[in-house]
Amino acid sequence: MAYFYTKDHEWARLEGQNAFCGISVYAVEQLGDVVYVELPEIGRSVKAGEAMAVVESAKAASDVYAPLSGTVIAVNTALAGKPELVNESAEGEGWFVQIQASDPAEQNALMDSDAYQALVKGL
Amino acid sequence: MLARIGAASVDEFFIDVPPAARNPVMRLPNAQGEIAVHRHLAALAQKNTSAGQSAFFLGAGAYRHHVPASVDHLIQRSEFLTSYTPYQPEIAQGTLQALFEFQSQVAMLLNMEVSNASMYDGSTACAEAAMMAARVTKRRKIVLSGGVHPHYVATVRTACEALGLEVMALPAAIDDEAAVVRQLSNEVAAVIVQSPNVFGTITDLTSVADAARAAGVLTVATFTEAVAFGLIEPAGGYGADIVCGEGQSIGNSLNFGGPYVGLFTTREKYIRQMPGRVAGETLDADGQRGFVLTLSTREQHIRRDKATSNICTNSGLCQLAWTIHMTLLGAAGLTRLARLNHENTLTLADALAALPGVSLLTPRFFNEFALRLSRPAQDVVDQLAARGVIAGVAMSRLDPRAGMDDVLITCATEMNTDEDIAAFARALKEVLA
Amino acid sequence: MSESLSHPSLSGNRGLLQAEGLIFETGSPTRTGVDLPAPKGHKDRLGGLGRRAPLDLPGLSEPETMRHYVRLSQRNYAIDLGLFPLGSCTMKHNPRLNERVARFEGFADLHPLQPIATVQGALELMDELAHWLMELTGMPAVALSPKAGAHGEFCGMLAIKAALAARGEAHSRTRVLVPSSAHGTNPATAIAAGFIVEEVPGSADGRVDLEAFRAKLGPDVAALMLTNPNTCGLFERDVKTIADLVHGAGGFFYCDGANYNAIVGLVRPGDLGVDAMHINLHKTFSTPHGGGGPGAGPTVLSAALAPFAPVPHIVQRSEGRVLVEHQEGTSAYGRLCAFHGQMGMFTRALAYMLSHGADGLRQVAEDAVLNANYLLARLKPHFNAPFAGPAGTHWPCMHEALFDDSTLRAAGVETIDLAKALLDEGYHPFTTYFPLVVHGAMLIEPTETEPKRELDRFCEVMIALGERANADPAALKAAPLLAPVRRLDETRAARTPVLRWRKPADA
Repeated sequence: MAYFYTKDHEWARLEGQNAFCGISVYAVEQLGDVVYVELPEIGRSVKAGEAMAVVESAKAASDVYAPLSGTVIAVNTALAGKPELVNESAEGEGWFVQIQASDPAEQNALMDSDAYQALVKGL
Repeated sequence: MLARIGAASVDEFFIDVPPAARNPVMRLPNAQGEIAVHRHLAALAQKNTSAGQSAFFLGAGAYRHHVPASVDHLIQRSEFLTSYTPYQPEIAQGTLQALFEFQSQVAMLLNMEVSNASMYDGSTACAEAAMMAARVTKRRKIVLSGGVHPHYVATVRTACEALGLEVMALPAAIDDEAAVVRQLSNEVAAVIVQSPNVFGTITDLTSVADAARAAGVLTVATFTEAVAFGLIEPAGGYGADIVCGEGQSIGNSLNFGGPYVGLFTTREKYIRQMPGRVAGETLDADGQRGFVLTLSTREQHIRRDKATSNICTNSGLCQLAWTIHMTLLGAAGLTRLARLNHENTLTLADALAALPGVSLLTPRFFNEFALRLSRPAQDVVDQLAARGVIAGVAMSRLDPRAGMDDVLITCATEMNTDEDIAAFARALKEVLA
Repeated sequence: MSESLSHPSLSGNRGLLQAEGLIFETGSPTRTGVDLPAPKGHKDRLGGLGRRAPLDLPGLSEPETMRHYVRLSQRNYAIDLGLFPLGSCTMKHNPRLNERVARFEGFADLHPLQPIATVQGALELMDELAHWLMELTGMPAVALSPKAGAHGEFCGMLAIKAALAARGEAHSRTRVLVPSSAHGTNPATAIAAGFIVEEVPGSADGRVDLEAFRAKLGPDVAALMLTNPNTCGLFERDVKTIADLVHGAGGFFYCDGANYNAIVGLVRPGDLGVDAMHINLHKTFSTPHGGGGPGAGPTVLSAALAPFAPVPHIVQRSEGRVLVEHQEGTSAYGRLCAFHGQMGMFTRALAYMLSHGADGLRQVAEDAVLNANYLLARLKPHFNAPFAGPAGTHWPCMHEALFDDSTLRAAGVETIDLAKALLDEGYHPFTTYFPLVVHGAMLIEPTETEPKRELDRFCEVMIALGERANADPAALKAAPLLAPVRRLDETRAARTPVLRWRKPADA
């Protein structure tokens, strides 16, 4: 399955119309131990680039932006009890939300894995 | 030191200050010694009539109680007095454990799940509660009962209106906390009620909390006299969502209005929206129990413009005095203290209500009640003060527009003697005659 | 090694440090340390609203209480124990005369709602304090009621909002400009006051980027919130230009007075074009920090803002001083708290002002700045000081010296590790990771009450730790070993918050 990335270190993985979204392994390494994730309400419509969630470590909090526009159709409720899933599996079980993309073509504006890895190397 | 720095004079360090703004002339005296400063401040203090110099029956938001000598001794220990906010927990376990114990005591006293580490005072705690309710419910209207202390109403109004929230304060009412229920709607974020209220009335808030919950509205219950909860059921037991108020009456002197200590408690599900610092338990690298400030990402130093409050410095040492006094009291001591307050107040109420021109307005009370007098209450207060009796506060002073110019709010604590009460009754009888 | 150093005894005590449980583990609801008369047994008139379940609050006897809190106190660092170089916090000596006068019965045993004739001395004291604050700052008015610095910011920003409303600009001026180096309270306060916050970037020399600031000005700007001296420990040398620019654009200049200790008696903010500034009495004027408070944040106001100051106001009348306690009939914007402010702090601060005098306060600022520059000069060869100029030069700082951890990072050591290593050396660390504009910031504020000998000892420890960081980074990573507890797990505390004690049965 192909992953796409934003310059703010979110990822999206499209399965048909629906995209799982989260934050990248690199972002999690920068953040340290995740202690809490504030997730949006199901049904909320978001625009690409809009703050949709907040991820917190003990001493920092960062907004998480929607990589794609659409409607939030699911959130990862497992994170409420186990925020460490984000540390353990940032781009797998540590997903944040599932968005039904209103315009899947928006993914063309995102980076693919190789481009993103190149970006991270330069940081 | 200058040589080591490589500077010729201290002036060089101020090079960036615009020359016109440097070294202004100020009309202020030069340094004085300890004797002179002591004398000056003692002279100012002597121009006041302290509560202890009168027969004293004034409450209405601040209460004169006995503070055990050990409390003041302990809070003056250097390690408490001259320490900072415990941002380095490994060398602040004293402050942090005391905070954890304080939070636990406050939550138990008010029958609530969690407490923060203190606010400035009861009124600002109440304003924070209103703003928190607006965040939780995403609604924009606050309704206050006519029993909430008028200064608390004004404080809430100032803070909430700055945020663009609508504030509706119901007309002053001695025994009608439930009036807020008639204002419930899907626009209301919180109803704020008070028990004991500013007239001393205590209220079963179950129906208010039930109706509010059904309407998706948070119930904020405030108070000004924490000793009451040694005897009466706190609002936490009635289902309030936020219980907050003034903690001064435990461990802290009157201090002409400050510093005091705001108590703030809520339900566990709302802790991410709670304002202010909070201490939590954890383990150190050796697995030993220790305490840290936690959930800091709600706070201004991390979250900046998205913080739940701008509060930073809080009421640390007043909170410490509170927790030390509460530890000295324990349940047994607090219950006895509360009972003494209530009994003295019963004696006072009976003595005053028996006088011609006086009627008791408060139906159920702890240590404070309202009287209707046959003359304007402010005149009576002033005349009694000249006779050495501080009788309470005229409602017209707290709220000139309440239409209650003949209402006096008066209070008794464990500090009042039978002689004080007799002197009050005698003087009031003379003044009203 | 670490285990043996941490917990060497059988009892859990460590020499003078006694192990001490929670009061919930050692106390009992039936025990008490107070000595109250027995109630008479009157029938209550609570209307059936008594407590439904018995209280479970533990009590301790007086000797047990003394021990509990003395034992806890010994786990705290304090100014009275040693140098407390926490930048932006002004941890100076707290003179004990101030504690004594605050406890005079004529102040401490005075109720805020007493008849006005019985509190004339208190009102006179507040007026005298106000006179000092106005004279020192060159401002025509002061609101005394704010209870701490952030509350003072709120006070000033609401005055600005009220002044804008009086001009009919309440809805058009919505933006507040805040430099990226500001204290977190500034953006949080601007939001609480109903404004929108916009950050102004800093320049390469640690000050406001004047061009970026100019570009952000416009007809929708309500105010600038600027800390001066700023949080990098530098005086904003363009402050007059900045003030003129914001005034020229129709906005107001709020100054965060947290760093006033650097200039008290030497520079009047009123001469710099400031419209409002809070003064932390618990910083500049030495009222004790008390483990987090209480503070006091009187806020001086310019003539343009003075009419809107919150109630209460003290007014001099023929019969004496009176309090105006209600907004009606005034142009006050409202009320910030139930009573008149932090009287207990006013008493202490006035005692401090009288003790020092105008001459002594000038010396406070000069010595605070001298001490900070001495630390900067001694430590600069060993640590990176981002705004202190190239090697061999000395670009002065104000009352605090800013360094970062860039000389340590190659060894994998960062600011937090150096801070924790200082704990083992018997020092409270500097402020860590603030201001945010400097990566790995270490902000050191010695204050004027430290003698050179203490500064030298501290510098030697810092230099030695800097060397150890590169030679033996693991030693710093393991710190502290000698503090009452080892490094505490803040992640655990935040992931599963335990914010109160519960009976083991219902935990």
